[in-house]
Amino acid sequence: MIDLQSLTITSARKKLDAKEFSAVSLAQAYLDEIEKKNESLNAYLEVYGDVIEQATYADNLIAEGKSFPLLGIPLAIKDNILIKGKKVTAASKILGNYIATYDATVIKKLKENGAVFLGRANMDEFAMGGSTENSAFGPTKNPHDISRVAGGSSGGSAAIVAADLALGALGSDTGGSIREPASFCGVVGFKPTYGVVSRYGLMALGSSLDCIGPITKTVEDSQIILEAIKGLDILDSTTIAISLTPSEKAKVIGVPWSVVNMEGVDPKVKENFLSSIEKLKVLGYEIKDISLPNLGLALAIYYIIMPAEASSNLSRFDGIKFGLHVPGKDLIQDYNFTRGQGFGLEVRRRILLGTYVLSSGYYDAYYSKAEKARAILKKEFENAFKEVSLILTPTAPFPAWKIGEKNDPLSVYLADIFTVTANIVGVPAISIPSGVVEVLGKNLPVGIQFMAPQGEDSLLFEVGKIFESK
Amino acid sequence: MITKEEILKLALLSRIDISENEAESLTSQIDSILGYVGHIKELTGNVNDEIPTLRNVMREDVVTNSPSEFTEIILNEAPAREGNYLKVKKILE
Repeated sequence: MIDLQSLTITSARKKLDAKEFSAVSLAQAYLDEIEKKNESLNAYLEVYGDVIEQATYADNLIAEGKSFPLLGIPLAIKDNILIKGKKVTAASKILGNYIATYDATVIKKLKENGAVFLGRANMDEFAMGGSTENSAFGPTKNPHDISRVAGGSSGGSAAIVAADLALGALGSDTGGSIREPASFCGVVGFKPTYGVVSRYGLMALGSSLDCIGPITKTVEDSQIILEAIKGLDILDSTTIAISLTPSEKAKVIGVPWSVVNMEGVDPKVKENFLSSIEKLKVLGYEIKDISLPNLGLALAIYYIIMPAEASSNLSRFDGIKFGLHVPGKDLIQDYNFTRGQGFGLEVRRRILLGTYVLSSGYYDAYYSKAEKARAILKKEFENAFKEVSLILTPTAPFPAWKIGEKNDPLSVYLADIFTVTANIVGVPAISIPSGVVEVLGKNLPVGIQFMAPQGEDSLLFEVGKIFESK
Repeated sequence: MITKEEILKLALLSRIDISENEAESLTSQIDSILGYVGHIKELTGNVNDEIPTLRNVMREDVVTNSPSEFTEIILNEAPAREGNYLKVKKILE
């Protein structure tokens, strides 16, 4: 029996190399666990039929004496990342039975590393949401309380890691979609600097905001995955090269109290945040109040830019080239029916919103203004990072909510209040478990979020490792 | 205040068929979202000096595959095809 609960990517690597267990037996242990738990969690939309075959390939390489950081390591992949020959749906009906025709760059890199893909993880449709309640295939349940959401949009990925259904997972983060579910499920979620990981083969939501990143049990495991998937890519012109070697920086952390103290932040989350600050002080960090005049506008900026980009990106789903086709009386009706029936409610809502803010009459008042605000906020961040090395907030203003509890779209959007900023200004951010809060007799995980300057992703691993070890 | 007629117009522009009922509920939802994002007008700082830094990055269009290498797997995903063409309804009467 392999003890999956205590296993990490780091420890599994050692045990695989020492032949304590094989990649096949490790993969089988996860398949057995999935068999037991996935029906109630709905975290995997599909478990692949060739898992043992992939693990056998890894075992053969290990037998030849090869060792890569992820060789034989079982991972889950969010359902918006393409693996050639495998079904991929973005948890939407509009993709029908679409089979990916090529590998995403991250998949190509993970394959070269010998990773084993267990299956595709549930998510909010087209990554639009913070709870996976917008999946066309039902919500993912939180492993800590199955009456609650797992967060989103990478809720399947986070629940999978939290419930020991994979050693790690890939998610995507447009406004918090890696970090918020990681916080709700009590695991680590990492959003890299924009451009560090290629988006080629990731279904686009907001192209100027989207990032692929890892969800894992430990900070070190996230670093291992990021190291494997990062890098310049000719197929994504926004990619940049960075080094993850730690740099020497003063141990000064900025806290934007004006935002942390806003109404709508759960008092228990606030209390947990304050105790995390005390812990950081004990660990030798100086805490400084920082003020960013336009930080309070981040969520407004986000909910203009993201739907605008989404409405444009999702125009490719026309019922003609691939995916679902719902016939009407003429071509226009084919489009209207396919998109009306293929897209879920939240997707339809955001496309209309995006179309509105881009329309000629409102472009200047919304989209153009939001782009200017984005540039100003970016400057404010650059200035703040002259005084501090890191910026700290709670990851989310509240813990996981009850499935079905929030039915007003705006109240769900507010869950992103602390996370969207990193995407708007393009900086890296990590969510690290910071304990639990008690709600109605259940202990629900919460997390804290660190942000670092662009390209200084290594600072987040450094502080994360120190914080989680104490 | 956004109107139901505007919502129906947006749906038409977005090529999304929505029902009258949905148009009704979307009107109040999108109105409240627009109310929230409308705070963008409270932006402070030198608004007029800020020019968004987005720009296009171009590369040479280099052929990396042999002719027809991907034709089959890509066309196999099409809901309707005729030979190596996507099949659509006629657009001219």
